[in-house]
Amino acid sequence: MLEFLTAFAILVGIYSVFALGLNVHWGYTGLFNIGVAGFFALGAYAAALLTIRPPLSNQGEDYLYSGDLANRLDSLPVVGVLDLWFVAALVAASLVAAAVALVVGTITIRLRGDYLAIATLGIAESVRLVFLNERWLSNVSRGIYTIPRPFGDIVAPQDYDRVYLVVVLVVFVVLFAGIRALVHSPWGRVLRAIREDEVTAEASGKHVFRFKLQAFVLGAVIMGIGGALYAFNFRAISPITFTPLLGTFIIWAMLVAGGSGRLYGPIVGAFVVWGIWSGSQFLPNVVERLPEAVGAPVLDALESVGLPNIRFFAVGVLVVLVLLYAPDGITPGIVRLRERLAGRMRRRARA
Amino acid sequence: MASAILRVRGLVMDFGGVRAVDNCSLNVDEGSITGLIGPNGAGKTTLFNLVAGFHKPTTGRVTFRDERIDGLPSYLIFRKGIVRTFQIPRELKRMSVLENLMLVPSDQLGESMWRAVAARWLVKRQERAIEAQAREVLEFTGLSEVADLPAEGLSGGQKKLLELARTLMAKPRMVLLDEPGAGVNPTLLRRLVGGIRRAREELGITFLIIEHDMGLVMRLCDHVIVMSEGSVLTQGAPAAVQQDDRVVRAYLGD
Repeated sequence: MLEFLTAFAILVGIYSVFALGLNVHWGYTGLFNIGVAGFFALGAYAAALLTIRPPLSNQGEDYLYSGDLANRLDSLPVVGVLDLWFVAALVAASLVAAAVALVVGTITIRLRGDYLAIATLGIAESVRLVFLNERWLSNVSRGIYTIPRPFGDIVAPQDYDRVYLVVVLVVFVVLFAGIRALVHSPWGRVLRAIREDEVTAEASGKHVFRFKLQAFVLGAVIMGIGGALYAFNFRAISPITFTPLLGTFIIWAMLVAGGSGRLYGPIVGAFVVWGIWSGSQFLPNVVERLPEAVGAPVLDALESVGLPNIRFFAVGVLVVLVLLYAPDGITPGIVRLRERLAGRMRRRARA
Repeated sequence: MASAILRVRGLVMDFGGVRAVDNCSLNVDEGSITGLIGPNGAGKTTLFNLVAGFHKPTTGRVTFRDERIDGLPSYLIFRKGIVRTFQIPRELKRMSVLENLMLVPSDQLGESMWRAVAARWLVKRQERAIEAQAREVLEFTGLSEVADLPAEGLSGGQKKLLELARTLMAKPRMVLLDEPGAGVNPTLLRRLVGGIRRAREELGITFLIIEHDMGLVMRLCDHVIVMSEGSVLTQGAPAAVQQDDRVVRAYLGD
């Protein structure tokens, strides 16, 4: 159970990072990025390729590039102990995501409306297809594996998840603190103004293009870092991870469910959606405990529909329910509930 | 005779096959409250968009304080001191009235990503100064009571006042007001007129005002320019323009 909760918390943390990046794009600036998976993949592959060991030709691995940074830096004194190669991998993931965002943004952000959406979707698919087809770069559909574990020497392999949870939390807290400072600053105020009405922001003397581009690159960098964290968690990545459904839709669902443009929206959303997602694997076990007459047909139905589809369906239902009954997301609802409870407590205290 | 702060010469704007502004030339005197009137489709709002840099003119030139500004991006024209409002108020809905104003000052330290994180102390100090300025402007325009409300909650008239407040926040030299009186009740209208007059007297701001309400134009403006079919039909003192047959014909058709 503890292992399950640790693994669950790691993924909530990683998906919170992605949703945090999307919150910068959509929540605060109104940039309609439906290609999260692209920056996710770029970050993951950049971090992985920089750190993996060279390929073994006798196992049919013939991708050409490997940074082998983990081995190279580990042999150095001090630096090896600190696992600075992990920091280097995060930086590399950031830089690659930033570079692509800068190019795509410069071309498309000036255009109004949905062009950015089309461009980001196209870039995400292109990135995925490049990794799927370029053997020299990414080992095609077999993907990249034997990605090293940061700070893996500290504990025994079976206890490693706890170490990695701390790593993920530290990275998330640093990013979160940075974003919190930014959205509460005049810079964040300009972004929100652009989200509300780009023309008014312009009439208030703001160089709208510059701010949108900055926000686009910043969000992409955060998504790239999320990709790196993801790669080090699973230690193997392949193009199947970066499909629009797994790499973009689920992150949008998290942001929308948690509350777009809310500081805590990404965390709440990642927790709820990933809870539904990973909780649904226990569905067959639950159904098996039901009385035979009810349970058997439900189990048959589950089997024929397939668990992955049920997961997407459940997340879809959640998004629809949130949009219908709490269009600002779950987070403001929690805040209101807390205020109402606090009010009731106060009244009771007086009585 | 006051000198012209804004000079428009031979300005043309084509949208596809439609010539919205057609060889338009005019001057606006420094420190004046100049009315810009004319029938719908005369090109008044397009002229505003050209002067404020929201469109690039097809041909022609615009000079502000003896400096060419046509074709400059709007944020640079804003920095030179020309600020415009919109016919239909475009408030930042889910931001507070105070935030709507605090957005406006240019070159805020905290508008740089790096300083917003690394020099928070300096940014906060500047924020306090900007907030004080915003509260002053809210006082001036009579919006103090609604300072902390989201702007979408304001009445139509209050939104018009917020548009004026936004321009004052910019410490402009010249303000372009697009129908400030439309849909504003008489009480708020008096406040609006008082605000514009005081802004001219105390801050020396030049106003160019598009307005259909002739009563308001008569009360407020010291000079009126009449546009029709994309260019200037006539101009002069408000009373003289009102008597002009050509103006009546332009409004009513021949």
